[in-house]
Amino acid sequence: MALRGDWMYENNGGTCVAIAGIDYCVVAADTRLSVGYNILTRDHSKICSLTDKCVLASSGFQGDIRALHKNLAARHLLYQHQHNKQMSCPAMGQLLSNTLYYKRFFPYYAFNVLGGLDNEGKGCVFTYDAVGSYERVGYSAQGSGSTLIMPVLDNQLKSPSPLLLPARDAVTPLSETEAVDLVKDVFASATERDIYTGDKLEIVVINASGIKREYLELRKD
Amino acid sequence: MVKMTDLPTKGGFSFDLCTRNQMLLDKGVQMPPFRKTGTTIVGLVFQDGVVLGADTRATEGPIVADKNCEKIHFMAPNIYCCGAGTAADTEAVTDMVSSQLQLHRYATGRESRVVTALTLLKSHLFSYQGHVSAALVLGGVDVTGPHLHTVYPHGSTDTLPFATMGSGSLAAMSVFESKYREGLTREEGIELVAEAICAGIFNDLGSGSNVDVCVITKGQTEYLRNYQLPNPRTYISSKGYSFVKGQTAVVVTKLVHVEAIFQLRVDEWQYRINWGLVQCLC
Repeated sequence: MALRGDWMYENNGGTCVAIAGIDYCVVAADTRLSVGYNILTRDHSKICSLTDKCVLASSGFQGDIRALHKNLAARHLLYQHQHNKQMSCPAMGQLLSNTLYYKRFFPYYAFNVLGGLDNEGKGCVFTYDAVGSYERVGYSAQGSGSTLIMPVLDNQLKSPSPLLLPARDAVTPLSETEAVDLVKDVFASATERDIYTGDKLEIVVINASGIKREYLELRKD
Repeated sequence: MVKMTDLPTKGGFSFDLCTRNQMLLDKGVQMPPFRKTGTTIVGLVFQDGVVLGADTRATEGPIVADKNCEKIHFMAPNIYCCGAGTAADTEAVTDMVSSQLQLHRYATGRESRVVTALTLLKSHLFSYQGHVSAALVLGGVDVTGPHLHTVYPHGSTDTLPFATMGSGSLAAMSVFESKYREGLTREEGIELVAEAICAGIFNDLGSGSNVDVCVITKGQTEYLRNYQLPNPRTYISSKGYSFVKGQTAVVVTKLVHVEAIFQLRVDEWQYRINWGLVQCLC
């Protein structure tokens, strides 16, 4: 499906979602890797744990995504050596934005969603475009199924615009289990209608006690 | 003098709008996308007849437009046709040939033959030079025996013991090439067709949802709609969703007063008859 001889990108599909709660954050992504009409693997993780309190989910071109995650992990290690502490989630958010804009004229084909806990322990979600424009929000979806999922999240989470309130207060009042239930249902629905989303769902929950991982089987067709 | 545009069309493709379409494309105007079925369709010949199979997903680009559409079309009581390609094209061409076959049955007084359907399809598709994007697997049983054919959008045909078409054809053909043999029984034939369609459903992103099967034998046809349903929804929220008033913010409210207008129609003829009667009586 290459458009020109010199087209250097490939879209491997997939969807990522993150929801911020009062004292937790849910980050989820499907595990299907595809190219054109083919499935390359049903079991590929799009989620990278950068710190104890910060998790990045990316969809798009997996070659660029692997490179991006590796880059950020290396930068974080340097930070830990220099500052004797882990990076906070907002700091990681800024770093990711700078990393993406650094390649403004040959971008990472990556659609990112960064989720975690901020310095006060509240859930925070940052959503990005391919060249580093970012914003702190209460929830976000990126990837091939994002257009199917965002309207549902807008309706169910209905967090007021971060322009009206400070962004850190735009978190959902839902409990952790309710948010995970919503994420599972929303992915099951997106799988029905998006051919690039499916196989398995990886759900990562970050709260004060650490990072917890959970899986849900999705439709494999 | 009769202008060119006044002559009746002789059939075939009319190239009148091609210059204008090219001009629009050059200006950057996008043609609206067709809905393709992005499909897996198969057919095989067994001991007593033919078995046809199809998946049930219709896609519009990366989105599933229909999760349970019917791709096995009726041509005649003893002939069915699976269609891949543009959904409107497969539907229209099979309906058209099905009507033509029925008229032919009335004219001849005989059961339709598969080669008749084949010739009607191929000549129609050829005259449209591939612009009617219909790739078909045609199968049936008539007085001359069981037949299975593939028909391509440009109008070429093949006669085969087993066939697959659509985006999932490679996945399905890998199953057929491994497991097909001559003289399969009915149960073996159905199982093999279902396995081939499932290969397409799970390994091809353009195919999905359920398996439809159609078994045609001498004197009997069984259309097994949704023979297998291997893809149930994996999760349903037990909490459910409630949409209370006020969940969607109301930005502007505008009240428009609507007045009903009554129109009285006087029954003119009844009036005249009544007046006539009155005149007689006077």
